[in-house]
Amino acid sequence: MSWIPSAVDDLLKRALVAELSVVNHRGETSTHPLIPLWDGEKIYLTSSVLFSRKLEHIKRNPKVALAVTDPVACDGLTARCSIQGDARVLEDDPHSTWEDVLPLWRAKEPAIDFFISKRFAFPLFFERSIIEITPRRVSWWADGNPTREPQVANAGQVA
Amino acid sequence: MDLPELLRRLSGYPHVVVSWIADDGYPAQTPAHFAVDPAAEQIVLHDTGQAVPTDRTLNVIASHIRPQPGVGYDQRRYISVWGTGERADSGVRIKIERHWGWDEDITPFPEYVERSNPQARRYLEELSIERGVELKPRLSPFWTFLLATRLPFLTATVVPILLGIAVAGHAGEFSLWLALATLVAGAATHIGLNVANDVFDALSGADEANVRPTQFSGGSRVIQRGIVPLQRMIAISAAGYAVGGGLGLYLVIETGSLLLLAIGVAGVLLSVFYTAPPLRLVHRGLGELTTAVGFGPIMVLGAYVVQTGELAWEPFVASLPVAILIALVLYVNEIPDRPSDAAVGKRTLPVRWSRETVIRVFLIGSVAAFTVVVAGVATGLLPLATLISLAALPLAIQVHAGIRKYYESPYELMPIMGRNVQLHFVTGMLLFGGYLLAIAI
Repeated sequence: MSWIPSAVDDLLKRALVAELSVVNHRGETSTHPLIPLWDGEKIYLTSSVLFSRKLEHIKRNPKVALAVTDPVACDGLTARCSIQGDARVLEDDPHSTWEDVLPLWRAKEPAIDFFISKRFAFPLFFERSIIEITPRRVSWWADGNPTREPQVANAGQVA
Repeated sequence: MDLPELLRRLSGYPHVVVSWIADDGYPAQTPAHFAVDPAAEQIVLHDTGQAVPTDRTLNVIASHIRPQPGVGYDQRRYISVWGTGERADSGVRIKIERHWGWDEDITPFPEYVERSNPQARRYLEELSIERGVELKPRLSPFWTFLLATRLPFLTATVVPILLGIAVAGHAGEFSLWLALATLVAGAATHIGLNVANDVFDALSGADEANVRPTQFSGGSRVIQRGIVPLQRMIAISAAGYAVGGGLGLYLVIETGSLLLLAIGVAGVLLSVFYTAPPLRLVHRGLGELTTAVGFGPIMVLGAYVVQTGELAWEPFVASLPVAILIALVLYVNEIPDRPSDAAVGKRTLPVRWSRETVIRVFLIGSVAAFTVVVAGVATGLLPLATLISLAALPLAIQVHAGIRKYYESPYELMPIMGRNVQLHFVTGMLLFGGYLLAIAI
């Protein structure tokens, strides 16, 4: 049984956008909105080489956090969460490795198949890397109210 | 975007996500409600259950999308700011030190992608060094060739050559073998020209500076996107000219026409010096004239001379409408390139002229193209059946209305540019069809 709280599991399943914070070259956080893909164990994000600074930051420092906070982008779910974890960049072949997560991507953004069919028009956009996050610690606000202290769960605990 | 404008936009978001480096080295995040203090150029975070520190840099991001059920989403935009906070009465005040963001309503996605090409190339280069193998965007050989040579634009060559052959046929001269050789020679030379154009625009920086290319303007982008290296493009261009030149020489020998040699040499020189130094004709506002002469009289007369061995007024007059219309294709395609062309000293006519002048000259040019046909028929130089080309007039009206409406909107101008290409192609093919009718009758 996963240690991820069910409220967070729901958010990850439905969210169309999440905010990924990485540690940048200045030693500060730098945050990027991306589509979170969730297989129940790990979180996957994909990044084009066009917008690859975040990949460079992750390779230098794999500690990341991912927030899901926008009810509009979560099918009306009002809960909010932030997940800290360790990331690694998967890019054996930037041309095709990311297609491993295409079924998860397609489920959230069906129009992606149309854009892939026009791949020749944006060839660099479809040279991509996968960011795989192993969650370590989850903070969540069940009622979405950020003025309250969040609940916290750590890897290894059973929710 | 300046800070007051950024703060104005930021105030439209319902909440932000604040992040910082926690003591364990992981980024920490909390959602937060906030207010904007425009006078102090600060963000005021309301109290949060998870305390926001004031002894380190904070990153605050506000992001928005609009879900489109069953499709995905649109209206992508976000604002990210950095600064340090100080404790206030009921929260934390953040003095903004840096900011960044993207709003697809301001910077359309294709432009955002083009602006990011250098980062992509750098990343792939570093990855290539790390792996010891070259990594670059991959396209099928078909798509790579199609894009690099801008093959669909070969209609600009096919139309005048077919027209020249048809005029010769109307004069009673036709050789299928020579016609095919002419078409291949013209197409190969055109490929050489297209690719050379990309090479010289890459070397001058014009294509790199153009962050708003369309499928009709801004070059093929294969160099900027790292798909085909510059050296290979030079080789493709040279190969195009070699095949075109070789076949052209064969046609000169086969027909024994020194006139054809002169026409061929003039065509190749015009195509090379279109963008090549020292002449750089397109940089001097002579691109339209060069294109009109090269893809008009030179191609039509060349194809005619191959078949008949002599010059005549009829193919020259027949070439004028396609000459004017192909010049107008280039002319309209240059409209969205104005900022980048001006930045590298490429003084095209749309760079030199005002919006109203550019639109008026398009109207004069397209009217002139069809007037030539009517005048040619009236004077007996062109057969009556070529009047069917007037059926393309509505396309000219649509293009004129389109450039007036979308003059400042490159991506909305794209379908208009496509319609303008159709105007040249349809008019040329109707002229060709008119000649076939005249031959048949």
